[in-house]
Amino acid sequence: MTTTAPRPSAPGRADASVANDRGRTRFAQAAGIVAQREIMVQLRSKAFIISTLITLALVFGAVLLSSIGPELFDEDTEVATTAEIAPTLEALDGLAVVPADDADAVREAVRDGSADAGVIAGDGPSGLVVVGDREADGGLIQLLSVTPEVELLDPNAPDPMLTYFIGLAFGLVFFMSAMTFGQTIAQSVVEEKQSRIVEIMLATVPARAILAGKVIGNSVLAFGQIALIAAVTLIGGALTGSQLLLDGLGMPIVWFVVLFTVGFIMLAALYAAAAALVSRAEDLGSATSPLIFLVMIPYFLVIVFNNNPLALQIMSYVPFSAPVAVPMRVYLQTTEWWEPYLSLGVLALSTVLAIAIASRIYERSLLKTGSMVKWRDALKR
Amino acid sequence: MLSIRSISRSFKGHQALEDVSFDVRDGLMTGFVGANGAGKTTAMRIILGVLSPDSGEVLVDGRPVTADDRAQFGYMPEERGLYPKMKVHEQLVYLGRLHGVSSARAAARADELLEQLGLTERRDDKLESLSLGNQQRAQIAAALVHEPTALVLDEPFSGLDPMAVETTLGVLRDVARTGAPVLFSSHQLDLVERLCDSLVILAHGQVRAAGTREQIRAAHTRPEWLLETDDAGFVRGIPGIEVIDFDGGHVRFAADSDAHADRVLREALERGTVRSFAPSIRPLTEIFQEVVR
Repeated sequence: MTTTAPRPSAPGRADASVANDRGRTRFAQAAGIVAQREIMVQLRSKAFIISTLITLALVFGAVLLSSIGPELFDEDTEVATTAEIAPTLEALDGLAVVPADDADAVREAVRDGSADAGVIAGDGPSGLVVVGDREADGGLIQLLSVTPEVELLDPNAPDPMLTYFIGLAFGLVFFMSAMTFGQTIAQSVVEEKQSRIVEIMLATVPARAILAGKVIGNSVLAFGQIALIAAVTLIGGALTGSQLLLDGLGMPIVWFVVLFTVGFIMLAALYAAAAALVSRAEDLGSATSPLIFLVMIPYFLVIVFNNNPLALQIMSYVPFSAPVAVPMRVYLQTTEWWEPYLSLGVLALSTVLAIAIASRIYERSLLKTGSMVKWRDALKR
Repeated sequence: MLSIRSISRSFKGHQALEDVSFDVRDGLMTGFVGANGAGKTTAMRIILGVLSPDSGEVLVDGRPVTADDRAQFGYMPEERGLYPKMKVHEQLVYLGRLHGVSSARAAARADELLEQLGLTERRDDKLESLSLGNQQRAQIAAALVHEPTALVLDEPFSGLDPMAVETTLGVLRDVARTGAPVLFSSHQLDLVERLCDSLVILAHGQVRAAGTREQIRAAHTRPEWLLETDDAGFVRGIPGIEVIDFDGGHVRFAADSDAHADRVLREALERGTVRSFAPSIRPLTEIFQEVVR
C-alpha cells in the first residue's frame, strides 16, 4: 500500500487504494465524542441552564427557610388584658400585652382581631379566664398552666414531620432528575433515528459506542446537577449553621449522590433502549411510559413509607427505589454499616444487566422504522 | 476497488437482492441505476455494513471488507439526515471526528467543503434553517468530511437544481480523481449517462447489465449506422446488412461487423455524395428500458 502525505488543497486522499492505515475510531474514543456532543448540546441549551439555576435557587431557598423560617413566623401572641392582670402576663415570654379597660373591652379586642386572645379575671382555681374567638390559644393556655415534668426517652429521634419532608425531598430530586435526563436521552436517540443520521453513524461506529456515549454524557450531566444540588444544600446548611443538615443529613446526601449516579446509568440505558423502539418523537410517550412508572414508584413509596423501617429496608434492595430508600435509612440510622454497600452492589449489578439488555434492544431497533417495535420483539433472536 | 460478490438479501419473504455481483473501480464514477424498489438502497446499505446480507460478501481490493475499511467510506443515505438543530460546520466536524479525523483537520476540511459547495455563509447556521437544496449540499459535505477512501451516495442529485448538480458533480469528480471508487445511485438516466464512467443496472434485485457505457451498449445492441446520401435504396441489397429504418436518402442499418458497414460506405461513395455516415448511438434510456423489462 502506498501512502502519500495528504495534500491539504486537494479534496480527498492522495493515495489510490481503498484500504488505508487510518483505522476505525476506537470504541472508547467514539463513545467519548458522542458523550461530548450530548453534554455540549445540553450546556448550550438555555432551557437547561435556566431550569438548573431555578432548581438550585429553590433548593437554597428551602434550606434557608428551614433554618430561619420558624423564627420569622414566631411572633409574640398579642393578648388583651386588664390592668390588674397585665403584670402577670408581662413576666411571661412570647406574649405581647394589649391593655384594655375592662373585661368587655378585652372581649371586644379579641372579637375585632386587634388581639389574638384575651385574659380576664375569673372564679376558677387559677383566677384567670382565657378569651378566644372560636378557639382558645393553646400556647397561651400552656403558658398559664402548671406543666407536669417531662421525661424524654429518645430526645434525638428524628422528627416524623422532618423525616417526611426529607423523604419527600430525596424522592422529588430523584424523580425530577431521572425524568429530565431520561427524557433528554430518549429525545436525543429518537432525534438521531428520525433524522436518519444514525445510518451515517452506524456506518462509522458500532451502535454500542453510540449508546455508551449517550449514557455517559447524560449521566455526567445528571451527576453534575445532583452534585450541585447536594453542594448547595450542604453549603446552605453550613451558612445558616443548621446542625441538622451538617450532622444528620451529610452522609445520607453522599449516599444519595452515589446511588443516584449508578441508578441513573441504569435508567439512562433503559430510556435509550425505549426510545430506539420508536421512529418518531410523537411515539416517545408510549415507549417510555413503563420507565416513568418505574421512576415514580420510589417517589410515592417513600412518601407513604418514610416511617416504616421494613418497607424502607425492602426498597433499599430494589434497584429503582434504592437511591431514595438507602439515604432515608442512613438518616434514620436503621441500617447496619454494610447495608448501603450491599444496596450499592445490588444496584450496580442490575445496572450492568440493564445495560446488556438495553444495548441489545438499541442495536436491533435502531434501523427499524415505521410503527413502534415491541420490547419482546427487540429482545428476541 | 470495491467488489460486491453474490450478495442476496430478503426481507420477510421478499427477495430484495438476488446473487448480485459488480465492481466499483478505483477512480471511476459508477452509476447505479434501477427503478424504485430495484434494490439499490439495500445494496448500498450492505456495502456500508448498516445491513447484513443473507449471503455473499463485499470485498475491498480483493479481501473481505472490515469495519476499519468501512469507517473510512463516505456515505450519503437515501433518507437524508443530520442534526436539525446543530450548526452546519459543527456537525461536519462531529462526523469527521467520529470517522477518526482530528478536530483541527476535520474543521479545516469542513471549511474547504463548505467553500466548494457554496455554503460558507451558512457555516454557523443551524441545519434546519437552510433550504432543502442547501441541506442536501451539507449532506454531501458530511459524506466527504473525513476524506473517504470510497464513496457511496444514494440519490445524491435528487432535489438539486442544475447549478447545484454541477457543483456537486465537481466535488465528486475531485474525490474520484484521488483514486477513490465512487458509487452513486440515480434514476435520472440522462444524468447518469453523462456523468458515469461505468454503470450497473439493477432490476428486481438482479444485475441486468454492468460495465462502461460502451460495454453495455455493445452487449445490448447490435451496432447500427446512419447513412445520408442521395438514394440509399441500394443498402438493402448488400449482404450482412439489415435495414432498420429507411426513408429515401436516409437509412439506419445494423451490420454484422465494421467491415460490412465499410462496404456500405464505399458503395455509397461510388454511387454519389455521402452527406453523413456515422454509428448510430442508442441512448442508454432505451437500453435501460429493454434490460429492466
